[in-house]
Amino acid sequence: MNNYNATSGLRWFPAFMAAGVLLLLAVLMLGVQLTTENTQLVVDFAASERWAWIVSGAVFVFLVQLFRDPLTALWSGVKGHNAIPKISVPSLDDNKPLKRLLISFAIAGLLIWPFFVSRGAVDLATLALIYVMLGLGLNVVVGLAGLLDLGYVGFYAVGAYSYALLNQYFGLDFWSCLLIGGAMAALFGFILGFPVLRLRGDYLAIVTLGFGEIIRILLNNWTAITGGPNGISQIPKPTLFGLEFTRRAKEEGNVPFHEFFGIDYSSGYKVIFLYILAVLLVLVTLYVINRLLRMPIGRAWEALREDDIACRSLGLNPTAIKLSAFTIGAAFAGFAGTFFAARQGFISPESFTFIESAIILAIVVLGGMGSQMGVILAAVIMTVLPEFAREFQEYRMLMFGLMMVLMMIWRPEGLMPMKRPHLSLNEDQEDESASGQPAAGSV
Amino acid sequence: MGEAGFYFIQQLLNGLTVGSTYALIAIGYTMVYGIIGMINFAHGEIYMIGSYVAFAVLAALALMGIDSVTLMLSAAFIISIIITSTYGFAIERVAYRPLRNSNRLIALISAIGMSIFLQNYVRIAQGSRDIAMPSLITGGWSFGPEDGFNITLSYMQVVIFIITFITMTLLTLFISRSRMGRACRACAEDLGMTRLLGINTNQVISLTFVIGAALAAVAGVLLGLYYGVINPYIGFLAGLKAFTAAVLGGIGSIPGAVLGGLILGVTEAFTAGYFSTEYKDVVAFSLLVLILLFRPTGILGKPEVEKV
Amino acid sequence: MSQCLLEASDLSMRFGGLLAVDQMALNIRTGEIVSMIGPNGAGKTTVFNCLTGFYQPTGGKILFKGQAVEKLPGFKIARLGVVRTFQNVRLFKAMTVLENLLVAQHRHLNTGLLAGLFKTPSFRKSEKAATERAAFWLDKVGLTEFANREAGNLAYGQQRRLEIARCMVTDPELLMLDEPAAGLNPNETSELDELISDLRKSHGVSVLLIEHDMKLVMDISDRIYVINQGRPLASGTPEEVRNNPEVIKAYLGE
Repeated sequence: MNNYNATSGLRWFPAFMAAGVLLLLAVLMLGVQLTTENTQLVVDFAASERWAWIVSGAVFVFLVQLFRDPLTALWSGVKGHNAIPKISVPSLDDNKPLKRLLISFAIAGLLIWPFFVSRGAVDLATLALIYVMLGLGLNVVVGLAGLLDLGYVGFYAVGAYSYALLNQYFGLDFWSCLLIGGAMAALFGFILGFPVLRLRGDYLAIVTLGFGEIIRILLNNWTAITGGPNGISQIPKPTLFGLEFTRRAKEEGNVPFHEFFGIDYSSGYKVIFLYILAVLLVLVTLYVINRLLRMPIGRAWEALREDDIACRSLGLNPTAIKLSAFTIGAAFAGFAGTFFAARQGFISPESFTFIESAIILAIVVLGGMGSQMGVILAAVIMTVLPEFAREFQEYRMLMFGLMMVLMMIWRPEGLMPMKRPHLSLNEDQEDESASGQPAAGSV
Repeated sequence: MGEAGFYFIQQLLNGLTVGSTYALIAIGYTMVYGIIGMINFAHGEIYMIGSYVAFAVLAALALMGIDSVTLMLSAAFIISIIITSTYGFAIERVAYRPLRNSNRLIALISAIGMSIFLQNYVRIAQGSRDIAMPSLITGGWSFGPEDGFNITLSYMQVVIFIITFITMTLLTLFISRSRMGRACRACAEDLGMTRLLGINTNQVISLTFVIGAALAAVAGVLLGLYYGVINPYIGFLAGLKAFTAAVLGGIGSIPGAVLGGLILGVTEAFTAGYFSTEYKDVVAFSLLVLILLFRPTGILGKPEVEKV
Repeated sequence: MSQCLLEASDLSMRFGGLLAVDQMALNIRTGEIVSMIGPNGAGKTTVFNCLTGFYQPTGGKILFKGQAVEKLPGFKIARLGVVRTFQNVRLFKAMTVLENLLVAQHRHLNTGLLAGLFKTPSFRKSEKAATERAAFWLDKVGLTEFANREAGNLAYGQQRRLEIARCMVTDPELLMLDEPAAGLNPNETSELDELISDLRKSHGVSVLLIEHDMKLVMDISDRIYVINQGRPLASGTPEEVRNNPEVIKAYLGE
């Protein structure tokens, strides 16, 4: 419809069209209110403020469309081309000591910070870290290997239920279940991935979605084992080398943390302990993924995302490579799930719906597919922001959805696009970096 | 015929009823996929919006004291189709057209975002609770022995069959006879080539979304009346089921979508009837997984040749 | 007759009603440079796709070093030492030039998960060897200074050379090039000519070439197959092919 603006510069027809469409869309949905009164369906006009919103929305759209050409000219004149700021971390690849110093400071800061703030803040940070872990794990599958996995939450559920069930029936503790949960999720990823990974991208997405839903429905209906919709409660918290963070030891012969160190009991210790545990898990995840990126397998993932035909022509087995990405991604979800179950103390299938998968995907998309710093930033934004603005809570998912659409249109590479690792052809430098400390935060 | 036979026929009837509405939604998936090769993940939400609009219209008419069922139904269909078509049109313009030339996954993520957005938009506008409506069309026929199991065929089911049939016939006529329909088929064959021939492909794509949305609205009105209860979340599951149906029949093929919808509906009804209602969704998803694994082109689909 | 490296007989490929390749026979001896020429749509690339396992031929046999390969998937054939380039260059565009060359060495590397996670000495050694090998080939095709540039940002001629280098780091026995000179200027084409000759001379690789640039083809080929409408029309040395009346007819018309 761009040909309407050729002469006047004002786009009257598109403007009326757009405003009309908006009114049509809004009037019967936002403008009315359906309620059930005494088994009778009643429809009423919505509150007047909503009508005010509809009208102002229509006027806004009308004006934007009408003056689109001058506005675009103005916009590009003022801001250059890209509206969303590109966040980038200065590359410190050349200055290894400084980089290590900064990373050490950052980790130290992360570990000391919780002792000076409220319990609620620490708890929220722990939640954000769970999402960081999930985001990083899904990033392996979606961002690096280019496989759109919409059932990621299924593996998260496998991890959580592994711990809950193994603890309930066999009394296994958190630490052994952390490994088992990760392994179980990886095994699920492997078994499910094996048949489906031959499928083309968008089919794969839907099939994984189906799998995620199947896992949830099974958990919901297999009441005898999983407790069905009621879930499983009283999942014990992790212990520190056998020290419990409860007021009194639950198990015979155990000593609670505070008694062991001879300090007063405070539930704050438990919260901080969980937080520190989450930080450590995230650091391990970051380290592993960073290593993977610089290993043959990680490079193969990206190569596969770029061009699977070229991969095959070079002797790479696409199915095996996809499977490894799928399995490793699932393992991270399993770890996160185990930790989630331990933190919450209660799990039910409700925590593992498709929406959860979509949130994790939104984190990866917002941060920038493939970019680890981006994913961390996005996970923090997505979990912390809604807490700060309570009224925002209601609109959280609406915003997530809108953001996914807008990001795909304007900035599919995300807030913080992935940076390529620069390798040196010169052997001396290669030796230097290889002999040094593992660079956990080099993203 | 024994009791078991009656029970079987009852399940079959129930399955065909729901299956024919799946088919209506599935056509929307299959047409869009056939032309631009993307999964319109938000299509299920269109169906949900169709139900809401129909409920609003029916409630409004009832308040005005109109009680002619024919009039109420026609009004519900017409207004619902107009509104959802506009949604279909707007969604394509806003969320998909800018991504026409990007990677399939980028477009799919945008579609998922759109789906989440619409679901929550309706939730915020109308609340997340179920909205129920007394049935508009009651009664039906009953066959069978006095004391044993009776087959019931409700008038509502008959209405569903008839309206689905009429809609499908209209669609078939449109696709095969009209000029725009021919353009649609040409686009499905080769979008780039059709554009070179001077056909406004953007218009055709918009039209595809509008038709798909209109059919989803018909399904929305019918299923809304059949079940009598709606909430903002019904679109997700219905969308997935319809997508399964489209894949089952062979994505891109309209007769395939119809066949797939009917098969899926019947399979679900039998699972619910002979096994357990809880697992009927599992069966639907498993069916999807199995087809994609063993016959990704579906029953009536054409195989795709990989371009090296 | 020296040993046959690759031998295809009765090769056919049918897409629905279209017989794209019909009863094609072809052999390449160790150390030879063989070209396939023919008009557009003659089925040359389809033959390539059959030989490299991207298509499963609907009929016929392909032997590579005496082993039947017509049923093998592409990546397995590549592992036997048959690698190819593509008509439209297929690089890993978002990855750096160096990474492209490292990916190609995937199956020669230490892919152990734990070895990589903990940077064991054997892992480091294998990565170092791979980098050195990549450096060698970058130097050979003149791309050393672009090692850390994203492959998609290279100029077209450079992308073509990178694709060949990416094949060569896999240490192939048979290199198949699909129109390597397409889009190159005369200068670049003659560089390509030298590069291909050198690959055979210094690295002992045999070459199967699809090319439209007749000067290049006549210059470096030992033998030439002419294909028309999916069928072999003629074959022989450049001299024989050049003087074959059938070929002249197919190429120049009556």
